[in-house]
This record gives sequence, structure tokens and C-alpha cells, in this order.
Amino acid sequence: MDVILFLIFAIIAVVSAVNVVVQTHPISSAISLIGVMASLAVLYLLLGAEFIAMAQIIVYAGAVMVLFVFVIMLLNAGAESKRGRSLMAQLLGMPLLIAFLALASYFIQRLYPTGAVVRFGVFQGGSAQSVGMALFTTYLLPFEVTSVLILIAIVGAVVLARKELP
Amino acid sequence: MSGVPLAWYLILSAVLFSLGIAGFLFRKSVITIFMSIELMLNAVNLSFVAFSYQLKQVNGHIFTFFVMVVAAAEAAVGLAIILTVFKNRSTLNVDEMNSMKD
Repeated sequence: MDVILFLIFAIIAVVSAVNVVVQTHPISSAISLIGVMASLAVLYLLLGAEFIAMAQIIVYAGAVMVLFVFVIMLLNAGAESKRGRSLMAQLLGMPLLIAFLALASYFIQRLYPTGAVVRFGVFQGGSAQSVGMALFTTYLLPFEVTSVLILIAIVGAVVLARKELP
Repeated sequence: MSGVPLAWYLILSAVLFSLGIAGFLFRKSVITIFMSIELMLNAVNLSFVAFSYQLKQVNGHIFTFFVMVVAAAEAAVGLAIILTVFKNRSTLNVDEMNSMKD
């Protein structure tokens, strides 16, 4: 059952991610990215991360992607032209990318041959209670610094996006 | 067989990360490049959660949480920058944003 669920949502995630890259219209890419994020939320649930799965749905698939779609519609972004970008990026980037992926897969296989197996329900430490306990005791200072970061981001976004004063 | 090998999760994470790099390299629209960055952040989050499962610790979840917060802040500021650039140059093509080059 675990394997079937994993395969279904992993395939959805990979197909949606490929769609993000190959679609020419930004709004299609955004919708595909929502698909990636939703299927990743299911995978988080399979790994026992309930709180992170819900935060993924609310923060990523909800807030961040609404922002993206909003900006795409505000700028009236059309499909990008088919003309290739720099030839260098395609000639050099593709083999390097495939080499990176092959190398990463090889080392992952070497590090975790078969012993490490994920079973749903074995790890119970991902509830909101335990995440909150770690967040407000061990990681209290980073959490508070994050609030300052968000404040700066809000002020920066407002300053950047406002109308120029005459 | 009951249970998924941990390596599958990590390889899925590597595949998503590579697709994010591919989008970053081969796309021209600045919004799509920005979405590729979000895709890469999501891929890294998946491996954080997978390692957190393997080590039976909640620390990886906290890291994922912080990555989400930073990604949300980054999206707000980055999209504001894109709005400003579009207002000044009325283009979304990164090849045409080269005023620092000449």
C-alpha cells in the first residue's frame, strides 16, 4: 500500500515538475507547480510529517502560489517565445545536469542500499505538538529572528511595489 | 514488500531538484525562473523530511519549516522586484534585462 501511494504521487510530482519546465505559458507552469506541491504534501504525510504537510498546503499551495498567479495576471504575462536562450546553457547545462543526477542517485544508492525502509506510522514525531515543542524551546531564537525577517520582507515588498512619488 | 526504500524518496528529491535547475537554465520568463527556484526549495524540503524520518528526529521538520518561511518572504520580495522591473522596462524576458552589462 505504501509503495503504491508513493509511486502514484511521485509520478504525479515528476510529471508536474516536467510540465513546469516545458510549458511556455507561465500560468500553466504555476498550475503544474501547485500539482508538485500538493503531491509532495502527500509524501510528507507518508513520512509522518503531519504538521509540515499541512503547512505545505497552506503556505506553498495556498499563499505563495496565489501570489505567483496574482502577479502573472497583473503583468498579463503571455507565452514566451520559442527562440532558444544561449546555446551555451543548453550544450553545457544538459550533460552536466544528467551527470549531477546520475552521481546523486549513485551515492544515494550506495549510502542507503536496502536497509532503510519507510513505513507509514512508524515515526510519530511529526505532530504539531512535537514540532511546536522543538520550535519554542530549542529553536526559539531562530524562530524570533524569522519574525524580524518577515517584517523586513513586508516592508521591502511595500517599498518596492509602491508608486513613485512625484 | 511493505514499505518504501528511503533511497526512493531521496532520488525523487534529486530528480525534482534537477528539473528545477533545468527550468532555471532553459527558461526565459523571469516568473518561470522564479517558480523553478521554488521547485528546488521543495525538493530540498523533501530530503529534509526523509532524513528526519530516518533519524527519528523532529529537527528536519523545523528546518523545512524555516525554509518555507524564507521562501514565502523571498516570494513576496522577488515578485515586488519583478513588478518594479516590469514597470520600468515592460519586459519579462531575462535576456533583455541587461542594463548592467552595457
